[in-house]
Amino acid sequence: MSEWQRLPGYVSHKDGPEMPTVTIETGRIRQACEHARDELGFDVCVDVVATDYLDWGDKGVSGYIGTASGRDLMHPMTQGLQALPELKPKRFSISYHLLALRQGAPRARLQCWADEGERVPSVISVWPTCDWHEREQFDLMGIVFDGHPNLERLLMPEDWEGHPLRKDYPIGGEPVRFSDEE
Amino acid sequence: MSATATPPSTRGSWPVVDDGQYDGSRIPARVPTTLAVPEELRESQDVLQVNFGPNHPSTHGVLRLIVDLHGEEVVGVSAVIGYLHTGFEKSMESKTYWKGVTFPERIDYVGYQNNGLVYVLAVEQLLELEVPTKAKWMRMLLCELNRIHSHLVFLGTSALELGAISMFWYCFREREMVLDLSELVTGQRMHTRYFQIGGLAEDIPQGFFPECRKFVEWMPHALDDYKGILDRNEIWLERTKGIGVLSARDAIALGQTGPNLRASGVDWDLRRDQPYLHYEQVDFQVPVYPEGDVYARYRVRMDEMAESTKIVRQCLDKLERMEGMPWIADDRKVVLPPREELHTSMESLIHHFKIVTEGFRVPEGEIYVAVESPRGESGCYLVSDGGPKPWRIHFRAPSFVALEATATCLHHALVADLIAVVGSLDAVMGDTDR
Repeated sequence: MSEWQRLPGYVSHKDGPEMPTVTIETGRIRQACEHARDELGFDVCVDVVATDYLDWGDKGVSGYIGTASGRDLMHPMTQGLQALPELKPKRFSISYHLLALRQGAPRARLQCWADEGERVPSVISVWPTCDWHEREQFDLMGIVFDGHPNLERLLMPEDWEGHPLRKDYPIGGEPVRFSDEE
Repeated sequence: MSATATPPSTRGSWPVVDDGQYDGSRIPARVPTTLAVPEELRESQDVLQVNFGPNHPSTHGVLRLIVDLHGEEVVGVSAVIGYLHTGFEKSMESKTYWKGVTFPERIDYVGYQNNGLVYVLAVEQLLELEVPTKAKWMRMLLCELNRIHSHLVFLGTSALELGAISMFWYCFREREMVLDLSELVTGQRMHTRYFQIGGLAEDIPQGFFPECRKFVEWMPHALDDYKGILDRNEIWLERTKGIGVLSARDAIALGQTGPNLRASGVDWDLRRDQPYLHYEQVDFQVPVYPEGDVYARYRVRMDEMAESTKIVRQCLDKLERMEGMPWIADDRKVVLPPREELHTSMESLIHHFKIVTEGFRVPEGEIYVAVESPRGESGCYLVSDGGPKPWRIHFRAPSFVALEATATCLHHALVADLIAVVGSLDAVMGDTDR
């Protein structure tokens, strides 16, 4: 049993080139973070970031991929064929990038998934630094963090409508002032 | 080489009641980034609320602090950011990877080389692209010059705010030398777009090495000058020592990185503890000061400039012997072909056209890459769906996190200290707001 499986709410884990990604049940992310801090020694939460996977892989992607080692002909995209990216369980992923301040700088990414309107427990009581990180993700991505004492917009103006980093938020959707006041 | 002292545990560190001696934690109890006016003062008529910024010269850009003053004492503070929010992350989602290189350098516009580096490293890691060793050494050299440049801006402006105006001129004199070097190599003083995915944009010009040597020889003398002006200056010492204290525990709990963390006594530097490029091959020290005050933050940055100068010298030793070696990866699917080939080779012309118009595709995956920028851990989180544009890109901004510590540092501070403290955290608003 790996150390990740002892995390509360553990779902699965996958090794990556720079750090493992551990998927956690959304409702238990706070307990998992507490466990990661106290038992696994991840002192610092460097970053909290949400990603919107709306329409992910709907059209598929095609074309050549370049790598230093040449082309892997077993991979469809390197031959110009279409490939579908791996489907995601829900619309939003919320990733917590953790760092342990010890030899080797171990890192881990705890990840939980949420649908539109689903609430995610705040981890501000585990790492105070998540205050602004969570506010930023609420502001730009519309993720609601349960238990955050001051969940307000951070980067956008207070009266702004919508969450700009969502995939269904239009680019250039801001009205141009005076343009229709001839 | 490793972190020597074990950092203090953050277990159960927040909220802890302040015991006056700062053994516990000073992070405000309810909202960690907001210093709330104490209950007994809230009803009194003696509390004055003032706006500090967003266009005050000593906020280093457009930071707005809403400050509650009781006499000269700061009893409440909350930071308002976002005045420089430009939506870099959203814009980059609609640009190909090749075009995206221009954006990150403008996020942290003072530490531009380091921010440019973290983006190209992230894309290169997803592509599994091997970068020539000459490019790695040159990237290190420019990143260290950039670190010196950034610390000079910090030192000059924060000394200026505390009344030492001559420091500003001295610092900007050396800063000008760094920018001249940058212009010599890249053609631009700032925001150079010199780091490309796969290596460097151009070979290093001949005249660069002797000019850079001159700078490396000069810089230690300049640092001595600065020390002469500041280190025995009574006003400077009075206004920085014991001001804006941040303990190691609080610094870690607040996610501080870089010089701010090292000034709180935590021996941590990604260049040594998680080496990237060729940092494991150079010899340098990581300055650590335990006091956690404004003075310690100044000392860390002063020492770092000396260490960066040492690294630049070692990079020069290596690079001078790499004449004629490749400076960019030879992968025609990702890297633009040499300009002269476009006149003779149809294939090169097609590759050039494809990369510039459609862009190259990056394998599906997600990655987080971090480098030690002048302000701390600068990170890039990148999600690719296999297409030519990033699905999601996010920058972990060290300035953003540094400003979260403002409330904790301003515990029982005076309004004049506020300026010293905000300056010492060295936040760049472009980086904070992105």
